[in-house]
Amino acid sequence: MGSLIDLVKISKSFDGAKVLDELDLSVQENEFITLLGPSGCGKTTTLRIIGGFEKPDEGQVLFEGKDIAAVPPNKRHLNTVFQKYALFPHMNIEENIAFGLKISGKSKNYIRDKIRYALKLVNLDGYEKRSVASLSGGQQQRIAIARAIVNEPRVLLLDEPLGALDLKLRQDMQYELIRLKNELGITFIYVTHDQEEALTMSDKVVVMNQGYIQQMGTPEEIYNEPENAFVADFIGDSNILNGIMLQDRLVEILGYQFACVDEGFGRNKPVDVVIRPEDIVLKQPGEGTLDGVVSHLIFKGVHYEMEVQAGGFEWLIQSTGCYPVGTPVSISVDPFNIQIMNKPASEDEEAIGVDE
Amino acid sequence: MKKIVERCYLGIICVFLYAPIFTLMVLSFNESKSMAKWGGFSLRWYQEMFQDEAIREAIWNTLAIALISAVVATLLGTLACIGIQKMKSSSRAVILMLNNIPMVNSDIVTGISLMLIFVAFGISLNRNTVLIAHITFCIPYVVLSVLPKMKQAGKTTYEAALDLGATPIQAFIKVVLPEIRPGIVSGFLMAFTMSVDDFIITHFTRGAGVNTLSTLIYSQVKVGIRPSIYALSTVMFATVLILLIVANFLPGYREKRTKKAGG
Repeated sequence: MGSLIDLVKISKSFDGAKVLDELDLSVQENEFITLLGPSGCGKTTTLRIIGGFEKPDEGQVLFEGKDIAAVPPNKRHLNTVFQKYALFPHMNIEENIAFGLKISGKSKNYIRDKIRYALKLVNLDGYEKRSVASLSGGQQQRIAIARAIVNEPRVLLLDEPLGALDLKLRQDMQYELIRLKNELGITFIYVTHDQEEALTMSDKVVVMNQGYIQQMGTPEEIYNEPENAFVADFIGDSNILNGIMLQDRLVEILGYQFACVDEGFGRNKPVDVVIRPEDIVLKQPGEGTLDGVVSHLIFKGVHYEMEVQAGGFEWLIQSTGCYPVGTPVSISVDPFNIQIMNKPASEDEEAIGVDE
Repeated sequence: MKKIVERCYLGIICVFLYAPIFTLMVLSFNESKSMAKWGGFSLRWYQEMFQDEAIREAIWNTLAIALISAVVATLLGTLACIGIQKMKSSSRAVILMLNNIPMVNSDIVTGISLMLIFVAFGISLNRNTVLIAHITFCIPYVVLSVLPKMKQAGKTTYEAALDLGATPIQAFIKVVLPEIRPGIVSGFLMAFTMSVDDFIITHFTRGAGVNTLSTLIYSQVKVGIRPSIYALSTVMFATVLILLIVANFLPGYREKRTKKAGG
């Protein structure tokens, strides 16, 4: 299956500062792909290059194999949902949604049907004559989506569309977007800095930092098998430790030996080790791999979050069990939950690592 | 007690500001020619004013110059704003400073330097030189009034229009223009009043025999003032006042109305 959009060796600088460096990315037809990263990682620039609002300094943007780098945004078969909605304040809802259709010269009946269909799709039927200012943030966002999809784009670009909404609404809209994506059957390219959003909605997550792609994969792959310390740190909470791979399936951390399932790293090789806080099991002193003392305890609702001083490291642990501060405990990890990663080999790789 | 003092203070200031104009207005309706004696109410001086050929021509000149210069300045100023908006912030700061200098510069310097440049290039002073001068000093006011609206509108709605298939020109006309219209309208009205109001720059750039209202009044003061000039001044004041009210309240009123229609 050929891909729908290919970015080939895209580089882009603003005022001499490199934002994207030889970025390669391909987007499949009917895929929900999320560009995830901290602010300034180049994700929005990537989206704007696809949308045609920025020209890459180098590289090609291929749409079904054809280079569209020189095609202006108004001639591209894609539509954008902007971060701040960008609805036209002097037009009512109906006129906003009809804007693209009127420009392309569709008939009045067609436009009317399309508006009704789009409003139904975003659960706002009957809002035709309302003014933009009378709508809440969430409603405006739905209208922005409706305005984009009535033009039947092949690809919908979404630039942090839920950034300005409160938590509850954001979660509702996440489900809404997944539903929309399935009903429309078009490609979504989504940009966010919110890892939870990315994991919840995407078929494929692209983790970016400082203009480089750090890792690309399904949400499960990204979360369970982070390829480097940056990804592990950015996606969810994690304990990142220095380790030495003694041999296959055995790693030494803080002087203690842990069984793991990774192979092929060689003998006595320094590695980065990631252990998710929810994967650590607390036991009675002496029963686990190493002993320690609880130093912090916070109730988080779903679980307790604890910090345990053990082996000279402050372990972050999430558990439904509550261990008060000062309790002696023992740490134990299932071999399957220990993720081993190569240390950055060169300085160049170091530069793209954790910087927070 | 404090309130009474506050009110009195405000009242005194208003009296100082408006008593002279009020006196002028009252005298313009005075039947008698004397400034000291009230001879009864009359529209005599208004009638004389409209029969006076020189005054009629001056009114025509004033309105024509104000209208044309306001239109041209609005057009040029708005186009300038589009350009300024696209500049890098460092060069934008420089341009805005260059834009502000003519406004704080004293009129007499502007007037004399404009006259000098016309003379230096061998352009004889006439109505057109006045027009050019007025366009020149009106543009900064338009820029000052349009640019904030332009900034407020930002580029996202423009980009959204492009995204939906509009060409850059369509996007500007259908999306950007309606958003900055209040700024354009108040810029236009500001330019118009500035032009009607101006005496000094007009005085230096007009040719022999060309008079606007302000220069006409000034020339008549030298030969002895007639009450018809009071009438003329009253009309001028009323016109500028109305324009100012419109310029200040129209954009706000319109915004309020659309908000109300929405809520």
